[in-house]
Amino acid sequence: MRRITLFCGHYGSGKTNIAVNYAFYIRSKGFKTAIVDLDIVNPYFRTKDSEKELEKCGIRVISLPFANSNVDLPSIPSESYSVFSNKDEYAVFDIGGDDSGAYVLGQFEPYIKAEKDFDNFYVANFSRPLTRNAEEALGVMREIELAGKVPFTGIINNTNLGEETEINDILLSNGEALRLSKISNLPLVMTTVREDLAKDVKAENIFPLKLQKKYW
Amino acid sequence: MSEKVLMKGNEAIAEAAIRAGCMHYFGYPITPQTELAAYMAKKMPKIGGVFLQAESELAAINMVYGVAATGKRVMTSSSSPGVSLKQEGISYIAGSDLPALIVNVQRGGPGLGGIQPSQAYYFQATKGGGHGDYHIIVLAPNSVQEMADLTALSFDLADKYRMPSMLLADGTLGQMMEPVILPEKSNNSVEKPWAVTGTEGKRKHNIVNSLYLKPDILEKVNFERYERYKEVEKNEVRYESFMMDDAEFCVVAFGIAARISKNAVIAARKEGIKVGLIRPITLWPFPKKPLADAADQVKGFVSVELSMGQMIEDINLAISCKKPVILCNRAGGMIPSPEQVLESIKALGGNK
Repeated sequence: MRRITLFCGHYGSGKTNIAVNYAFYIRSKGFKTAIVDLDIVNPYFRTKDSEKELEKCGIRVISLPFANSNVDLPSIPSESYSVFSNKDEYAVFDIGGDDSGAYVLGQFEPYIKAEKDFDNFYVANFSRPLTRNAEEALGVMREIELAGKVPFTGIINNTNLGEETEINDILLSNGEALRLSKISNLPLVMTTVREDLAKDVKAENIFPLKLQKKYW
Repeated sequence: MSEKVLMKGNEAIAEAAIRAGCMHYFGYPITPQTELAAYMAKKMPKIGGVFLQAESELAAINMVYGVAATGKRVMTSSSSPGVSLKQEGISYIAGSDLPALIVNVQRGGPGLGGIQPSQAYYFQATKGGGHGDYHIIVLAPNSVQEMADLTALSFDLADKYRMPSMLLADGTLGQMMEPVILPEKSNNSVEKPWAVTGTEGKRKHNIVNSLYLKPDILEKVNFERYERYKEVEKNEVRYESFMMDDAEFCVVAFGIAARISKNAVIAARKEGIKVGLIRPITLWPFPKKPLADAADQVKGFVSVELSMGQMIEDINLAISCKKPVILCNRAGGMIPSPEQVLESIKALGGNK
């Protein structure tokens, strides 16, 4: 577990959900924790949706005051920089999808690289139509690296079909995740699984996920 | 891997359109439908199709008009203010009896409004938002799967009846992700002897036009068109009926409002309230008969809408005001909760 953890990936691969869950995880270990919402491309379903629960646990939420409002502005909260000077705090970054979402990362590149103690995880969901296999996922990965300027340090397999995910979907995707690991030369650091399924998946480094509640 | 993939509603429309043989997309970005255009921008060049970001919504709809005249499957998409801009073009397409698909991923309004979900474009979609006597087929999906399935159906119906069709979704459906089985590739396009494709000197040339110099001819064209609309009303009404068999109350809702309403109906049933749901899938043609039949059975209706009460007028018309209809709504980008719908059911007299 590094002091700075970034989650990037293809649009809709599950970055926000993992970032929120990961922040809770760090906090549960007793560390000071902040989560930074740097998603400037997604108008709905943001870190901000979990703000109350996060803050209740003592996690500092850094997001635009008008996230989830009708102000559709791609801007960055200036408070984001504070995590680089607060050395006693762990920080989780939720980055927008694809290369277009990762451009925002570019301006933090010098701070992140100076930090050294960071991880940049590539979130892969092989159930997404434009990243169905390792090669396609690698293509997106390279585009993101080019835009965000921060090299990836590991892969997260978050293959899922939302509420309809079955254990078999995850097991089937494991081979593709390992192949992506091989061709990208990056370790497969975890497989994220909806919490009610997590106990039944026999694989290394399972990270259980709580999904956000919907009422439709 | 399984056939199911995880998609945003907007992406599902785009992919389903391509699979339905739509190789021409013209649009202009606007939240919350931009992923649809973005998907087309990525995919169309790879498959030899056309993606064009026009200089405005007006330009885009007139490009659609042009391609539609050649008989090719063609579409545009936008969100509420953008669809308002397209209305003139839609009227011309309807007046020229051409098939085309227009997607509206609705957001709050009026005016520039906001980027959160809405259903306040029901009037515009179902009553002919542009000028003149015309209808378009309006389909209202309520899941990512239906975003895909009804896209394919929209093209088929538009071709069959030579008229524009509209997929009327909302921001939530456009943005949410769900598993979807994408429709098989098909191009059920009917014969289009009217298409402007070049005569090669072998036939009389076709004319695509909405201008008629003689009023009696224009009247005749209008009458003939309405005969076709009668056929649509007769053949193409689609709706879902849920727990209506023994219902004493009926909730009517479409799209995302219907999903919330379904949960409210299930909750009400647990409390012993006999309530059901009728979900119009076609908003035009509106499911008049099922509602009229329900009016003989139930004590009242709740219209659940993300608007200030638009569909409620069609419910009242369909049931000839036989039974009370109350409105349960949120507006401006807000979504009713299942609890709010349940309260409305109880307010109607469903309080046991």
